[in-house]
Amino acid sequence: MTDLTKMLVKSTTKIMKDICTKEFIDEAERGRWAAELWEVLSEAGMLTVAVPEELDGTGGTFAEAYEILRLAGKYAAPIPLAETYMGNWIMADLGLAATCEPLAILANEGEPFQFKKEGAGWSVTGKARSVPWGRHARLLLVLGETETGSVLALMSPTEAKVTTGQNLAGEPRDTMVLEAAPVADEHLFAVDARQVHSRLLSTGALCRSVMMAGALERIAELTVKYTTERSQFGRPLHRFQAIQHHLASLAGETAAANTAASYAVAASRRGPDEKAIAMAKIRINEAAGIVAPVAHQVHGAIGFTHEHVLHQCTRRVLAWRDEWGTETQWAEKLAEQLMLLEENGLWPYLSE
Amino acid sequence: MGSLHLPIQERSEQTEEIRGHVREFLRQEREAGTFVPKCDTWLSGFSPEFSRKLGERGWIGMTWPKRYGGHERSAIERYVVIEELLAAGAPVAGHWIADRQTGPLLLRYGTEQQRMSFLPRIARGECYFAIGLSEPNAGSDLAAVRTRAEKVEGGWIMNGSKTWTSGAHHAHYMITLCRTSPYHPENRHEGMSQLLVDLSSPGVTIRPILLMTGEHHFNEVFFEDVFVPDDMLIGQEGNGWKQGMTELAFERSGPERFLSTFPLLEELVNRLRQSGQKHLMAQAAKLVSRLWTLRHMSIGVAHLLEKGETPDVAAALVKEMGTTFEQQVAEVVRLLLPTSPSVDAADRLDQLLAQSILHAPGFTLRGGTTEILRGIIAKGVIAK
Ligand SMILES: Cc1cc2nc3c(=O)[nH]c(=O)nc-3n(C[C@H](O)[C@H](O)[C@H](O)COP(=O)(O)OP(=O)(O)OC[C@H]3O[C@@H](n4cnc5c(N)ncnc54)[C@H](O)[C@@H]3O)c2cc1C
Repeated sequence: MTDLTKMLVKSTTKIMKDICTKEFIDEAERGRWAAELWEVLSEAGMLTVAVPEELDGTGGTFAEAYEILRLAGKYAAPIPLAETYMGNWIMADLGLAATCEPLAILANEGEPFQFKKEGAGWSVTGKARSVPWGRHARLLLVLGETETGSVLALMSPTEAKVTTGQNLAGEPRDTMVLEAAPVADEHLFAVDARQVHSRLLSTGALCRSVMMAGALERIAELTVKYTTERSQFGRPLHRFQAIQHHLASLAGETAAANTAASYAVAASRRGPDEKAIAMAKIRINEAAGIVAPVAHQVHGAIGFTHEHVLHQCTRRVLAWRDEWGTETQWAEKLAEQLMLLEENGLWPYLSE
Repeated sequence: MGSLHLPIQERSEQTEEIRGHVREFLRQEREAGTFVPKCDTWLSGFSPEFSRKLGERGWIGMTWPKRYGGHERSAIERYVVIEELLAAGAPVAGHWIADRQTGPLLLRYGTEQQRMSFLPRIARGECYFAIGLSEPNAGSDLAAVRTRAEKVEGGWIMNGSKTWTSGAHHAHYMITLCRTSPYHPENRHEGMSQLLVDLSSPGVTIRPILLMTGEHHFNEVFFEDVFVPDDMLIGQEGNGWKQGMTELAFERSGPERFLSTFPLLEELVNRLRQSGQKHLMAQAAKLVSRLWTLRHMSIGVAHLLEKGETPDVAAALVKEMGTTFEQQVAEVVRLLLPTSPSVDAADRLDQLLAQSILHAPGFTLRGGTTEILRGIIAKGVIAK
């Protein structure tokens, strides 16, 4: 980690820790927009990291953006930070200026949004499900088809019909419908839809991976701390060997998740590296499935209450492991690569 | 829990160059038929010729100073060499302990004379060592060691016995943890020393203990009035416990803690590819993801060791998770493909699977059991 990154980690940690209190996250879950947090990050230039300054970005590297996301995951920041980064990076590729508005990406692979020519402009129709933070978005990126090819449109959400929904963690995952919504011609950009989908999937999985690594670390920290505070049978929980074995498992899974996330980030220095991301998302999803139940077991009944902070982290890792690809989906992608290896090609593939 | 963030170490030209050399060497040896890849070869693959060839190429004692026959390479370069050897299932058991443990121990605690006398021979691949820790009544609880050495004119007289000693029947010497002061129940870690015992000395008896497969890899070793000269004391008299614990750190986090069954995993991937079974390959892919992560964790620990840190907790983590993974490989293979595992099967997959299943119980015992490691890890994270 460079000194600059260390400073960034320090200041991000402070912001997240100060603002993302239990009550703040509870309120967000009840539907309130986390404006204070968004404003602070916006002023600190943290919403446009890894976008060049010429495009109104803060500059910096992808690795720095993922470091911020790791901390956002660790402190359960109730905002569409990953989604805004993803949108900004796609826009930067198109030469468009970065935004500090909360952003939602509407991309439906099965039934793509349809764009029709309407006079000087366009209209778009279609439906996207499980859009993260859709109801709070101030800007939409919509991927779809015209008669002649794929396009990406930048538009305001005023015409969108939103049906609210949520994931396991109570984060907004909304259905958004556009019915002949107008788009100006200059806001339409020709793209290769397959490329955009594949890039979204990889980047989305990497974002969730680092967020999960952060959240898993927090879960492990909370659990270790609890075992020193709670006593039964006249001694702190951590003195019981069965509990020690739980702690070892939490430590191991957390270290594995962090390592996997860090390598996937390092491999994606210039753009998402599908192989490393597949490895990481599979492993981190597995870690989530081990850590969450163990943490709850060690916390006893208190960790099962709404009053305790634990569930804000465990529900997130359990939700995020299913977003942007489960273990099964990524293992199938990895299998495609393994099917192409030469005889005894596994070791060279692993160690390259 | 800062201890759980391992540094990431990226490939460098230097390491990739040496990797290329090792791979080419292994390819030629395999083609020449000097070895057939097997599982768990750092315990069971004994070949003095092969060890000598590695010595000639400068792949033993790689990090040691040149004046002791070493090659002054980095720990990461050594890491690359040993992971290539293990992944290929090459016969490295002969010199393994001497290279991994004895060398670093002597460099840290040995006298100049001991270093000059042993290190060059080890680096040539000609001198093998055994680990003399376990005893019939001292397993996980090593402070219960009872083998004793009494001071006499010019040296020590050793009596007692060691057990489960891997490769003692091939080894020339044993680093033996023993009591040089009487046992005190309240001060169990005191009064222990490490003596370097010549296994050809009068009074040493080595008897095979066969593994459950009938193979001979470990032994019991008896000492009856064995004379050990003064200059064979390692480090300080009475400091044996601390020195022994340092030694364990070298043995926990290396690639031998997750690659023991790699040849089986590789063969599984070969078979699934040949038969076009993509959906089963997805099951194998999950193992590949685990292995990929473990390898990067282990490299992270190697990097910390290189910087002079002592990442005990992280090293214990790698061993605990790595050895469990080694066992898991065999379990997954038998569920994915119809097999008839047997140690003398004609089919390669059946043979590798049998080796893996039958050696598996040892993976999570040797070098500190899973249960003991979990205790170390938990205490480490509580202390932070
Ligand atoms: C293949 C192989 C090679 C070996 N090579 C060598 C060698 O070269 N040199 C050498 O000195 N030794 C060697 N060993 C021995 C090895 O170090 C011991 O087997 C190991 O330390 C465990 O000791 P034990 O077998 O006596 O089991 P025990 O210590 O008796 O343990 C039995 C069971 O009880 C558990 N247990 C024990 N204490 C505790 C505790 N405090 N808390 C929770 N659970 C506990 C253990 O985890 C284990 O499950 C080798 C072992 C194997 C399998």
